[in-house]
Amino acid sequence: MSLVIKNGHVIDPASGTSERLDVLLDGASVAEIGAGLEGDETIDASGLVVCPGLVDLHVHFREPGQESKETIATGSRAAAHGGFTSVVTMANTDPPIDNAGTLELVIRRAKDTSCIKIWPSACATKQRAGKEMTEMAELKSVGAVAVTDDGDDIVSSWVMRRVLEYADMCGLTYIAHCEDKSLCDDGIMNEGYVSTRLGLPGIPKAMEEIMVERNIRLAGVAGARIHIAHISTADSVDIVRRAKARGVKVTCETAPHYWTLTDEALEGFDTNAKMNPPLREAVDVAAIKEGLADGTIDCIATDHAPHAFTEKDVEIPLAPFGIVGLETSLALTISELVEPGVITLERAVELMSWAPAQVLDLPVGYLKKGGPADVTLFDPKAEWTVCPELFHSRSHNTPFARRVVRGQVKATICCGQIIYQSE
Amino acid sequence: MTTDAKRVWTRKDLIGIDDLSREEVELILDTTPQFAAVTQRDSGIKKVPLLQGRLVVNWFYEPSTRTRTSFELAAKRLSADTLSISASASSLVKGESLHDTLANIEAMRSDIIVIRHSHAGAPHILAKRHPSHIINAGDGRHEHPTQALLDAFTMLEYVRNLRQDPKARLDGLRVALIGDIQHSRVARSNIFCLTKLGAKVTLCGPKTLLPPRAEKLGVDVTTDLREAIADADVIYALRIQLERQQSCLFPSLREYIRLFRIDNDSLKVAPKDVLIMHPGPINRDIELAAEVADSPQSVVLQQVSNGVSVRMAVMHLLVNSKPSASEERA
Repeated sequence: MSLVIKNGHVIDPASGTSERLDVLLDGASVAEIGAGLEGDETIDASGLVVCPGLVDLHVHFREPGQESKETIATGSRAAAHGGFTSVVTMANTDPPIDNAGTLELVIRRAKDTSCIKIWPSACATKQRAGKEMTEMAELKSVGAVAVTDDGDDIVSSWVMRRVLEYADMCGLTYIAHCEDKSLCDDGIMNEGYVSTRLGLPGIPKAMEEIMVERNIRLAGVAGARIHIAHISTADSVDIVRRAKARGVKVTCETAPHYWTLTDEALEGFDTNAKMNPPLREAVDVAAIKEGLADGTIDCIATDHAPHAFTEKDVEIPLAPFGIVGLETSLALTISELVEPGVITLERAVELMSWAPAQVLDLPVGYLKKGGPADVTLFDPKAEWTVCPELFHSRSHNTPFARRVVRGQVKATICCGQIIYQSE
Repeated sequence: MTTDAKRVWTRKDLIGIDDLSREEVELILDTTPQFAAVTQRDSGIKKVPLLQGRLVVNWFYEPSTRTRTSFELAAKRLSADTLSISASASSLVKGESLHDTLANIEAMRSDIIVIRHSHAGAPHILAKRHPSHIINAGDGRHEHPTQALLDAFTMLEYVRNLRQDPKARLDGLRVALIGDIQHSRVARSNIFCLTKLGAKVTLCGPKTLLPPRAEKLGVDVTTDLREAIADADVIYALRIQLERQQSCLFPSLREYIRLFRIDNDSLKVAPKDVLIMHPGPINRDIELAAEVADSPQSVVLQQVSNGVSVRMAVMHLLVNSKPSASEERA
């Protein structure tokens, strides 16, 4: 059975397409892109953008082990609601995904319960302890698309170098969570004027920047690819920019809260403004936007980090780090980057589909005859209010509740199936 | 009791000085003398019935003698019933959340909750959700508002005596805060309070114990004790936590004393009649030399006396003022 999406504004960054066209899907593939196409079923996409299904390189679906926060099933529905058809799941589950058996479990759960494509990462070191590396060749053969100890950095430079070399041999990119915890182990928010006023222990920007620089240097030594997760400071952007100019094989991502909020969001001691890396300052927000515009930052990820209400409804030092992001990412990109003219609509789509797919060589994120029938339809002008109670995620921990945003997903199609459609 | 229509207390809680306007701070300070008078009554009956039938709960997650006693006495002198809950006796150890614990206390019809908590922001999140009047008795490194108010009141008394002017204010008063600023809620509340009242504040301590970007708070910052106190009207020494040495924040008490102790030697550069203050408890001969702590310039015990009066004023204002419509339960 075929499905035609008619009269939409088709944006496909891979081919440079940005025009009014029809897209015909047949089964799990794109059958044709052109004018005047017909199919068994029709979706009228007048006034909507039709783009590749969005891709997120950084989500925590918590399965196995923390199913009260999220599962692969609920996480995938949240993703579909946010326009995503592909996500890379992080490996800091309980137990962590550091062996083929656990990875196979995740892949089977994904096959049985997910409505989108799950691309699992695996741990780089056993138990994420930063000491012994995992069996990466086997993990790759089972289906890992990257290795990472996300949530922690590898402390030993020796281990980091060897992990980068070995992962590269296995054809796996290391995703680096950059944080020098020896600089501070009880920080709650960005160190600066606001932390001084609130009397909360600070997380200096240098904690991130030291490790961004170190990890990039080690990738250079190892001749390996490295992807820097969730960069948040102006100097991190600058370090990546200079490394790219030197020819280091480095890519990086940032998340919507780093261009939308500053540490002032902590003033009410709101635990939903507590994440790691923490919200920074206006100067960093400006640099993140510049990095997204000039290409230093390769892609947008959400760092979707669900936590149960009870876990977040506590004194701020006791609350876990992290916020959900899948269901607000596109709107925050449109509202805070496209509308003010920081980037074009085409660049926004690229940052959320083709570009992240390229970082890990995922065979998605483009619209082309014969390519995957993963398509997102959104209204770039539609205004809506963020209502966490309407999220499809099992958790509602967002600092964006009641925020009025623009850009709304109208339908998400994965493998030719409509997995989300607004009423 | 307060009659001036423009100067009516409208807040449900006292969470911090940072949120208050200068007028609100002055309202508390101006309400305090009538309660100091209660304590000093010739009749010896140190009690007024302003909180009769009310329940004041002292809920302390951290050990405290001075502050807890002071609040309890203040409540009793207002004729309130008082109840004390300490961390070990509370349900925290049983895993109950902060909100649940307060909801249970409130189910027993509490009016004022005085809370001390080791985490910044705890009183703030409670005040937002619960109907009780919350008084912050110290939250983490954040604020200790009644301490700052009693300190400001003590400074006011000093200034008014000195200038023989009962209306004198703190504008232009030079106050040097000495010691561990970074970890001190007393320092933060005093900075907010004194800068609001127009005083000129200088922070001085080891560079390792000065908070980042402190100058943005509208204060001067120095690591040179003699520079800090050379033209000070008030020297306010802060308590140093002895375990900070282990966190590599200063090398030894010996060296701390060498650089930052207020003693007869360092006082040589300060004005003769400089006022000496300390929030207590004093580490004798570390922050203040004994000869200074016990000198006529030292008002550390007046601070304690004023603490009761200020806390009576605060409790009275919270309970007996009509909240404005906007401050009614959200």
